[in-house]
Amino acid sequence: MSKTVLIVGTYKGCFLLESDEARRSWELRGPFCENWPIFHAVHDPATGSIYAAAASEWHGASVWRSPDLGETWTQSSEGLGYGEGEDALKLSKVSGLTVANGRIFAGAENPGVFESRDGGETWSLLTTLEGQPGSDAWNDPANQPPGHLGVPAILPHPDDPARYWAIVQGVGIFETRDDAASWTPRNRGLRADWPLENPEVGYCVHKLVMSPADPDRLYQQNHVGVHRSDDTGESWTEITDGLPSEFGFAAAAHPHDRDTFYVIPLDGGHGRVMPEGRAAVWRTQDAGASWERLDEGLPQHDAHVGVLREGMAIDTHDEPGVYFGTSTGQLFASADAGESWSEIATYLPQIRSVEVAIVD
Amino acid sequence: MAELYLPSTLPPLFPGLPRRLELDATTVAEALDRLDERWPGVRDRLCEPGPGLRTHIHVYVDRERAALDTALEPRSRVDVITAISGG
Repeated sequence: MSKTVLIVGTYKGCFLLESDEARRSWELRGPFCENWPIFHAVHDPATGSIYAAAASEWHGASVWRSPDLGETWTQSSEGLGYGEGEDALKLSKVSGLTVANGRIFAGAENPGVFESRDGGETWSLLTTLEGQPGSDAWNDPANQPPGHLGVPAILPHPDDPARYWAIVQGVGIFETRDDAASWTPRNRGLRADWPLENPEVGYCVHKLVMSPADPDRLYQQNHVGVHRSDDTGESWTEITDGLPSEFGFAAAAHPHDRDTFYVIPLDGGHGRVMPEGRAAVWRTQDAGASWERLDEGLPQHDAHVGVLREGMAIDTHDEPGVYFGTSTGQLFASADAGESWSEIATYLPQIRSVEVAIVD
Repeated sequence: MAELYLPSTLPPLFPGLPRRLELDATTVAEALDRLDERWPGVRDRLCEPGPGLRTHIHVYVDRERAALDTALEPRSRVDVITAISGG
């Protein structure tokens, strides 16, 4: 019988929760990774390994890996760096991991993408997207928010190993079709509520997902609005209407239905928590034409919780399970595609990422 | 031989690495290189790429704040401290 495994990255280490196919009761293990701050932890279905992007304030950025579902762990940062010298970019953290086609991609701050072809033992710099519109400014210290701008995510194409998309925070999406040799901005149709010197870039893409049922269909939660693409990101249409807020971080696409997509709207000011202290996930089943609030079993009073960029996941069961973790350490699960929810962990550290795997 | 004291956060990352050990080295950098030869990767946990300690790694040689190029005496005590952050 298969197991459903949640991989939860937190401010104080990685945790794993396991359940059976029913996904009603969960067993928690951890913390792993010596309690290092984890920014994104993922599972590689091809090898069964777990990888966790981490950055210790003392010991720097590294990627932890476990080949045996958390029984043993090692870490390596060999090759994870922009080199020496006063002008070399600083690597402050690895913020997003993607496993695809035998490679692991690591998005980094300052903006760059590293890859490993040996299961995370060694890394090499794939690209800094140098020369792309906006790149002259995104490494300028004067333009940096607290921390740094970076590449928070890489989205692979399922059928073409040389084709993938990278997000640069505050700049937008770039696509490569030749394995990072060249890039094209893919932000046409997005909204910006600020002046743009170059309309190709200057967009704040928080989370980009592809429909597993149709690789031409992309969705994104942006700083300003939720958007859909029907042509693999070449153009975007806003689908925010009907949501309580245009702001949010997390997003997830239904594994079997291209028109079903989930977001967690947040207050876009300083709060960045769910509106009115009432927790909810919102779902569209018609590609954004309408939205429904899903809150059965979620706290509806005094729940001032936020969910970060990688904080929501969806599994591939026929009736998919949906999961999200909050920045205050609560983990919620739905075994019925979001219709009803239960809290499956209450006192975790700040949750930075939730991923789900089905393993034999 | 210099006497090196390491923070508790390091041994879990490198099997067999003790909290305290003795090394033959004439500078802090050389001591860390010796350490890295026996436990590959440990230098990267203490130093930025290039000639600098990580921001929140402090090193003291005989109770004086030190840098990578600080000289070691044959009986120097080297304390490596995880400082300030981690809250």
